[in-house]
Amino acid sequence: MTAADSDTPIVTASGVVKTFGGLRAVDVDKLEIRRNKITALIGPNGAGKTTFFNLLTGFDKVDAGTITLDGEEITGTPPHRLAAKGMVRTFQLTKALAKLSTIENMKLGALNQRGEKFWSALIPGSWTKQEREVEARADAILQRFNLTHMRDEFAGTMSGGQRKLLEMARALMTDPRIVMLDEPMAGVNPALAQSLLELIKALPAEGRTVIFVEHNMDVVQEISDWVVVMAEGRIIAQGTPSEIKKNKAVVDAYLGAHHGEDLSRVQLS
Amino acid sequence: MDWGFILERSFSAMIGPEVMIYALAAVGLNVHFGYTGLMNFGQVGFMAAGAYGVGVTVFWLDWSFWLGLVFVFVYAGVLALLLGIPTLRLRADYLGLVTIAASETIRLLARSRVMKPVTGGVEGIDKFAEPFYNLSPFDLGKFYSFGPFKYLGRDIWVLCIGWTLLILVTLMVQALMRSPWGRTLRAIREDEDAARALGKNAYFFKMQSLMLGGLIGALAGLIQVIQKSSVQADTFNPVITFTIWTILIIGGPGRVWSPIVGSSIYWTLIVFVENVLRQLPAGARANLEKTVELSDFNIGMLRYIIVGLGLLLLARYRPQGIFGSREEMALDRR
Amino acid sequence: MMRRGGRVALLALGVLLGMGAAAPAFAQISDDLGVFGQLQYSDGSGNKVFVAGVDLSIDDVGGATTDADGNFRIPVPSPGEYTINIDVATLPAGIALRDPDRPSLQVKVSENADQRIIFPLVSAEASALSGASGGAEGNWSVRRVSQLTLEGLKLGLYLAMAAIGLSLIFGTTGLVNFAHAEMISWGTLMAYFFNIYGLAGFLGFMAGWPAPFGGGIEFVVATVFATAMGGALGYVLNRLVFRTARNSGVSLLAQMVMTIGLSILLRYVFLYFFGGRYRSYGEYASQRANKFWVLELTTRDSIAMGVSVLILVAVGIGLTRTRAGRAMRAVSDNKDLAESSGIDVEKVITQVWVLGGALAALAGTFFGFDQVKWDLGTRILLLIFAAVTLGGLGTAFGALVGALLVGVAINLSTLVIDSELKNMTALIVLIFALLLRPQGLLGKKQRIG
Repeated sequence: MTAADSDTPIVTASGVVKTFGGLRAVDVDKLEIRRNKITALIGPNGAGKTTFFNLLTGFDKVDAGTITLDGEEITGTPPHRLAAKGMVRTFQLTKALAKLSTIENMKLGALNQRGEKFWSALIPGSWTKQEREVEARADAILQRFNLTHMRDEFAGTMSGGQRKLLEMARALMTDPRIVMLDEPMAGVNPALAQSLLELIKALPAEGRTVIFVEHNMDVVQEISDWVVVMAEGRIIAQGTPSEIKKNKAVVDAYLGAHHGEDLSRVQLS
Repeated sequence: MDWGFILERSFSAMIGPEVMIYALAAVGLNVHFGYTGLMNFGQVGFMAAGAYGVGVTVFWLDWSFWLGLVFVFVYAGVLALLLGIPTLRLRADYLGLVTIAASETIRLLARSRVMKPVTGGVEGIDKFAEPFYNLSPFDLGKFYSFGPFKYLGRDIWVLCIGWTLLILVTLMVQALMRSPWGRTLRAIREDEDAARALGKNAYFFKMQSLMLGGLIGALAGLIQVIQKSSVQADTFNPVITFTIWTILIIGGPGRVWSPIVGSSIYWTLIVFVENVLRQLPAGARANLEKTVELSDFNIGMLRYIIVGLGLLLLARYRPQGIFGSREEMALDRR
Repeated sequence: MMRRGGRVALLALGVLLGMGAAAPAFAQISDDLGVFGQLQYSDGSGNKVFVAGVDLSIDDVGGATTDADGNFRIPVPSPGEYTINIDVATLPAGIALRDPDRPSLQVKVSENADQRIIFPLVSAEASALSGASGGAEGNWSVRRVSQLTLEGLKLGLYLAMAAIGLSLIFGTTGLVNFAHAEMISWGTLMAYFFNIYGLAGFLGFMAGWPAPFGGGIEFVVATVFATAMGGALGYVLNRLVFRTARNSGVSLLAQMVMTIGLSILLRYVFLYFFGGRYRSYGEYASQRANKFWVLELTTRDSIAMGVSVLILVAVGIGLTRTRAGRAMRAVSDNKDLAESSGIDVEKVITQVWVLGGALAALAGTFFGFDQVKWDLGTRILLLIFAAVTLGGLGTAFGALVGALLVGVAINLSTLVIDSELKNMTALIVLIFALLLRPQGLLGKKQRIG
């Protein structure tokens, strides 16, 4: 943690390009993500937000450009290595592991488990102690996410909103420095949404940086410290939520039909 | 019809050598498909690797049978690497393509003229398992019966060793699947990307799974050729792989004891049906032969028709096995 | 509409099952095992000459005399090992065994297959000629390489017809159809059935007349019927099996296991009714090769290759120029986009199954020239997998390119490896294609991992 002073950016992307069949899906000149803040990534459908997310998290390979994490270049690093470096993500289409119980889903998230090595797995004595610690940590997080009642149920039996909660809780099991949430609110009912928002808001205080993709402007307004607007693969604006709300260029270019309306009422779709 | 004979055969089939051998191969496939979601359509290739591991050592290299046992695992491990490296980073169906192609190629290679000095070609290899049978405490040529079961001494010796191994391997798989290692495999089966995002090297785990299941398949092939006392390329026909698939899905993939249960159900059923048909009164038999071509040869082929139909219907209606719960099926469909 | 479709499907199934049940007629020929072969030699100018009237025998079993085309077959009672003797005294003057000290050959007959045996013959004239020109020509001679390339193109053309359906079905449904091999065998067996028993036989069977029911029809016409039956099989499989599975949300992996089950089911139903022995069509089973430049090709194969080229060109034009073809490609490209732009995806899938089934059956009839066999398709499945993977799974033109390359590669590989192992080349192609370019030569680069 040499570069841990709070002013340096935790993640940077420069000159990142990704093309699909001749189309520039992502073309980001420069982006810096501030440490221990909540950054929102918004933009119309097809703006390249999810592709950019995939590039940052190693699920897709860049055609050009560099990405760094705490000053260390991570371009092309596979996702499992990034998780070990403290960068974890969730998915737009929730990936609850249906035929694992909730607690198994949680325990899976812990890194560096001795019992995940084949030969150690054969000798239960070598991993049961660590497993108990992992389980205790998992139970604590489940408590916080209000999922304790689902502890021993198959994750497949959960509602859509509960799955979103589980996925985020599971991501926290890796004890990440950066949490990347792809549409954390999609399909979550209003009752759950509020508690989910509170949980996200609490993350910076624990020393975690949050980057999230979201359509709902109310959400963006409420929890983000910084907003990055993408369109056609490029970053067209960034600033604080109130600046973005007033940014004519954003409104003009991407909300033509809704021109003049309050941006917060419009669902960017 | 001699029902006593038919029932005796069926009972003996229930825990007979085929049940044990196919169950063991299915334990390997269960590690692949049931726990990791790997579409291995060439399990018979691993069985062949096991069989030739010992056969080639004794026949070509003229080394000892016991040394050959080491090669069983060397061959299977190398085969798993060869199949896994090009495919395990890709979508699930590519492993299926490559395994089915490789297993058939292994058979053709083993039976070819070119390889005859090594593999014995079409004639295969025999008289290599004597050291194993020399250790038998049973009289090899004598029939033993206990309860409803009746076996030849040499089969009992194979059965004792085989079932012991089968139970040990099953218990080992059970222990592994309860460990964090097994949990990671199951997570990869459910969603590989989720596992990767949580720091699991899915490729590496899939490779380990392919090797473990392959080695277990090789063990099954080894026991099979010891039981038959001969290594014949043509016994490693692709249809064997799919018999193993049927067995696994009957029992329910992803359950520890399903290979044994599935194998026992399958073989009891097959032996029962075949013996009933063979024992039909002469008039009825002649009639069936005239109308639906039920010759002796075709009675033998019925089992494969049953395998095909069974696999088709099970995969369609009961992918969780005949004992699988509806709840579990619902989880799959979501 | 649904209802009517369902009835059509049921009717078609009835017809197909009827065909299967009609098969006792096949089996009447004889279901026993045997050893067979064809005696031939090359004359001074390289033409094949078949040798008639030669006696062959198996001790304690029986014997046979070669017919006008040099063919013989000796039935054997059970699987096992046999010794075949050739009566050298009955060979025509000037013809001798290439290995004079081997007038008896060992052969092992396995459970469900006739065994081919070859007694290599040479003519005194030809051996004198090759002696005069300074010994046998080299392995890498122009003649040999060109001939192998030609054979490779022939194989590639047939493979392409068989592979396009597999690739299109994958493209439109995401399903790798492992039963595609049986759709090829089905074509071969249907062509044989119509060729030997004819349409009258088929109608006679449907009317419930006892077998045997009438004579065969000309092979060319039989091929047309077989192709139509291939399309019918494709329609029925999609309609009764895979469409319902899709509609009830069966996962793709489970559907893939279903195709495996279907493959085994069909394969062994074929064996059940057709028996394990090799058969030949009533016509064109063996022909003398014509010479062009250094190449040799029979009239039959030239026509079959020509027909394949025409069909493939027609399919290519159809896919690019017609509405239905463009819809197929659009669905392969992006199903959701196609659906939202108003294409009836289910209709396209039906068309793809019918087209794929018909092409596979036509390829099957051509593959059957060498021998008609119950598991003919299974034997070339590996080649088809290699072809579609190399070309790019899901693209029709990729399948074409891949098939031609695989066909030629396999034949040329016999320059360096034993011809018995030539199909291994396909596995090597398959593995290297996956390692180096998993999306295939013509496939678009996208995430396939």
